Amino acid sequence: MAQRRYSMFAVAREALRYHSGWERAWRSPAPKKRYDVVVVGAGGHGLATAYYLGKVHGITNVAVIEKGWLGGGNTGRNTTIIRSNYLQDPSSAIFDKALKLYEDLSQDLNYNVMFSPRGLLMLAQSEHEMRGYKRTVYANELQGVSTEWIGRERVKELVPIINLDGPRYPVLGALYQERGGTARHDAVAWGYARGCSNMGMDIIQQCEVTGVRTEGGKVVGVDTTKGAIDCGKLAVVVAGHSSVLAEMAGFRLPIESMALQAWVSEPIKPAIDVVVMANLVHGYISQSDKGELVLGGGTDGFNNYSQRGSWHHIEETTRALVETFPIVSRLKMLRHWGGIVDMTGDRSPILSKTPVEGIFVNCGWGTGGFKAIPGSGFAMAELVAKGHSPLAADFGLHRFKEGQFIDESVAAGVAH
Amino acid sequence: MLTLTCPLCGATVEETELAPGGEAHLKRFGPGSSDAEFESYMFNRKNPKGVHFERWRHAYGCGKWFLAARDTVTWEVFGTYPAQTTEPPADLVAKIKAKRPTWEGYK
Repeated sequence: MAQRRYSMFAVAREALRYHSGWERAWRSPAPKKRYDVVVVGAGGHGLATAYYLGKVHGITNVAVIEKGWLGGGNTGRNTTIIRSNYLQDPSSAIFDKALKLYEDLSQDLNYNVMFSPRGLLMLAQSEHEMRGYKRTVYANELQGVSTEWIGRERVKELVPIINLDGPRYPVLGALYQERGGTARHDAVAWGYARGCSNMGMDIIQQCEVTGVRTEGGKVVGVDTTKGAIDCGKLAVVVAGHSSVLAEMAGFRLPIESMALQAWVSEPIKPAIDVVVMANLVHGYISQSDKGELVLGGGTDGFNNYSQRGSWHHIEETTRALVETFPIVSRLKMLRHWGGIVDMTGDRSPILSKTPVEGIFVNCGWGTGGFKAIPGSGFAMAELVAKGHSPLAADFGLHRFKEGQFIDESVAAGVAH
Repeated sequence: MLTLTCPLCGATVEETELAPGGEAHLKRFGPGSSDAEFESYMFNRKNPKGVHFERWRHAYGCGKWFLAARDTVTWEVFGTYPAQTTEPPADLVAKIKAKRPTWEGYK
């Protein structure tokens, strides 16, 4: 069942036999009658949850079911930014766990996720932002997360294409995380999928959940377009569709689904070798390995399941970025996409038990889910396996009843 | 681009002239209510995939709040109506029901 490892020797061997020996990276079996754990959603978070369930907790009778194709939701619809410079302690703990796992994820998965810790800047373009970011730097220092405040000159050194003296949005400095960067989003999903498949887990695509079956307040299985599947525990990891699954299970979540958009330019020669976020104007920019400038904007304000966003957000973000990065004005935009993000009131995720025994939710990552994938999966697996997880403890649904919010909406200046 | 007709001033405007305000017809729970009711009112949302009743403000126009029935997948707007009501008008519900026979109705 386990696959041959990818290595230099494998490449050499296959080169000598016309590459005829590569196997599919994961199996696509028909669903079994019953699994110990069914994970709904084969995006990064769902697959990572399944992977760490097997790797850390030895639970391998697991199915990951997906209504579309693997990694075809928000995992394939983001700007691949990875950072852990959050203000609040619980956020910084889980995001930094994710960053640490990303650092050797390629070795762990034996799959090149192209993690590129190229450095990440969050520009301060107002007095308020500057004070906010300095506060974050101090908080990060206490949390053991390495970030620093850098001045305008250092910003210009790191980002030569930047215009520091824009009339509306002058650059006052930046919050710099040297360990931050990007990774190849599809590869993260594919690598985890291959790892899950190697442990004997079933990844079932084109299989939509149509109902959740419960008995006496406890989950017993799901109805799907490929028939009924029984399960001991159910992990719902479906981002923008969390409310839909919760409705099937008979409860509501403090979540609203909205569109978040990103777009890429035509490919150009290397121009920017760091990630730059300009949160005041809801824009961020990095350059992909193909040479395209990847630009991201802010979310729309209204409920939306269409994976398309509002045109004016593209215009507003591009207009603001043109001031800070004048070379953008000469570029044609090639592609554009939108994803359905699951927004919570405090802009922090939910990793939690639910009113239905045996159902666990991992959602609410909103606009910043990609960077969290390994940490999110690690914590979720622990929560599902043991019923509690130190990393997830503060992210439970109980915080809405108790008012114990993890407020990242204002303080950390995250783009949303 | 999303276009809505303000039921108060009658103008049909693009979304850049409007400010979204989330789910409509929330029943308010204040002092004396249970924790669960208050939590539900404050945070839990229907967030449906399909027919949604929602609040909008004609921010760069007459400035008034109004309500709209809209499909969150297709963005089809079924109608708009003034905010001074606790549930959607019956004729609007009937109109949506005719267009979306599988819709389970307002609840």
